[in-house]
Amino acid sequence: MPEELYEIETEVPGNTVEEFLRMERMPHIWCPGCGIGTSVNCFAHALETSGLDLQKVSVVSGIGCTGRVAGYVNLDSFHTTHGRAIPFATGLKLANPNLKVVVYSGDGDLTAIGGNHFIHACRRNLDMTVILINNFTYGMTGGQVAPTTPLTATATTTPYGNFEQSFNLPYLAESCGAVYVARWTTYHVRHLTKAIKEALAKKGFSFIEVLSPCPTLYSRRNKIGDGLDQMIYYQESSEIKHGADTKTVGLDFQGKIVVGKFVDIERPTYLDAMNDYYSKRLGDKFVHYNG
Amino acid sequence: MKADPKGVLTGAHFIDGDHACSEGALAAGCRFVAGYPITPSTEVVERIAERFPHIGGIFIQMEDEIASSIAIQGAVWGGKKAMTVTSGPGFSLMMEHIGYAAMTETPCVFVDVQRAGPSTGLPTQPAQGDMMQARWGSHGDYSIIALSPNSPQECFDLTIKAFNLSEQFRVPVMFMMDECVGHMIERVMIPPADEIEILPRRFYEGAKENYMLYHANGEMVPPMVKAGDGYNIHVTGLTHDERGYPSMTVATQEKLIPRLIDKIKLNEEKIADYREDQIEDAEIVVVTYGITSRTAIPAIEQARKEGLKVGHLRLIVVWPFPEKYIRSLASKVKAIVVPELNQGQVVLEVERCAAGKVPVKLVPHVGGTVHNPKDIYNAIISSNNQKAE
Repeated sequence: MPEELYEIETEVPGNTVEEFLRMERMPHIWCPGCGIGTSVNCFAHALETSGLDLQKVSVVSGIGCTGRVAGYVNLDSFHTTHGRAIPFATGLKLANPNLKVVVYSGDGDLTAIGGNHFIHACRRNLDMTVILINNFTYGMTGGQVAPTTPLTATATTTPYGNFEQSFNLPYLAESCGAVYVARWTTYHVRHLTKAIKEALAKKGFSFIEVLSPCPTLYSRRNKIGDGLDQMIYYQESSEIKHGADTKTVGLDFQGKIVVGKFVDIERPTYLDAMNDYYSKRLGDKFVHYNG
Repeated sequence: MKADPKGVLTGAHFIDGDHACSEGALAAGCRFVAGYPITPSTEVVERIAERFPHIGGIFIQMEDEIASSIAIQGAVWGGKKAMTVTSGPGFSLMMEHIGYAAMTETPCVFVDVQRAGPSTGLPTQPAQGDMMQARWGSHGDYSIIALSPNSPQECFDLTIKAFNLSEQFRVPVMFMMDECVGHMIERVMIPPADEIEILPRRFYEGAKENYMLYHANGEMVPPMVKAGDGYNIHVTGLTHDERGYPSMTVATQEKLIPRLIDKIKLNEEKIADYREDQIEDAEIVVVTYGITSRTAIPAIEQARKEGLKVGHLRLIVVWPFPEKYIRSLASKVKAIVVPELNQGQVVLEVERCAAGKVPVKLVPHVGGTVHNPKDIYNAIISSNNQKAE
């Protein structure tokens, strides 16, 4: 190896993301080519420009590869039980409404074991941002089928391919009452950063689905290449369609991906609805609740 | 510290145990309750839902008991005192989060108004079949505290105690009521707020630099902080070091788990709470808890009338089990009788501590109603015939 290669600066000067991370916990556990780290980078950049008081930002994760995000962000962070990030976040937010609560977890965690909590949090319009990393599989346990695994895709528990219909998550979120719904991939880093920033600024239940490669399990088992190949797939097959009818944005195996901001509406949050309703119903007897 | 008068309904009330439990929680400073309807516990949350809007608390009926049992823990880290309320089937669903609370040292109260099981069982009828589940129900090794009230008055008083203990030791506290106590209506005296002792949460107030969430500073129980205070805490159910960071090593596990157990175990005598009645000269002692303590009284009185030296030990704190006390009791008396509304749970602990020194007789019951005092009386008589010399 030529001598000069040893002199390459390996530290990226002015990496502004580092202050958002618990650098003492690096390296992280994510595989080469995994998209979770990319999404965290976008999240950090979104926080950086959000104007939020970082002391008041809490990240809540469930269990799984994405569940580890809570352990790496240099914020108040809670790594809860499998599927239960949203109900934990519900308690946290209602106990202290001044907190900005972000749920950051995976597709299996939030929509299989945690599916019930997801739909009820949408319905209640709890004031929180949910970032869901969808890698179409259970990564941490070795690549099992998920409610998001596309038809025919192979997983360890569907060795002959998946025959179950998968969730169309933006449609699910919208129909249950989420006020902000977007989908991006880890290829769309600028769009994703902007979307996270918008979601953080949004009052109510904001939801972002992030498609993310799992080269070690999903891609390898389905023979669709490595992380880079998935990024090329995202680039070539994504179509940006803001305002698309969420009914039409379901995903097929390696098919077309509709990305964009699909829903951005206003609706009273759980706490606003409660305070408004009780104020009218109980008058002076009601003690306005703000934590 | 004294109770916040806002939550204290001072005066004499004629209410059931469920409602008394609600009032106890309010007096204790509980301002977040998450629950899911289940007989025979529902009245607890119904009253809370009615009372909270007037005192600045928040009740949320979650989508299930799993959600309820973790929502309260989010609320605790958000700064509130919090509890959830359920009965057998819901209690089963909460087990994972009892472990999470134990592992993350999140102080909170789980109320279980016990009904007869297993499964759906007898939803509207009493039992004490969840006592072992309360102690051991979540996976892995950990410790909890469990209290067992026998009257509406105690549902009030001991709910406050449950909150205080949970704060003192940073553990989930199981409040083990039963349908009979929950639905029994009696006079409940709620004292003035300034006569109610409340243990406030112990918050860390030192430097933020190098702060360590689980550094107990030579004590057994580390102080808490809450989200939003600027400590950038990390809370995880994974085996963690003093910083709260995951550390999946035997060494970390060896440091963490014994402390979680010892902070309760080594304080067993401090936590212990029981009532002795006519123990001094007793040859036979009836050991009870909860509603069974009341059905035992006529049996004990009858046996005393007949000249038998029978005493009564009622456990108010069932977990941690008062090992030392029962050991010494077993070396003083000649027989122990344990009536339970189950097929034998706490009796196993009594037997373990008696260690063969005296015969221990279970008076089992399948649940659905309370013991007929006659069955307890008969057990006293038969124990008297077989008692150790």
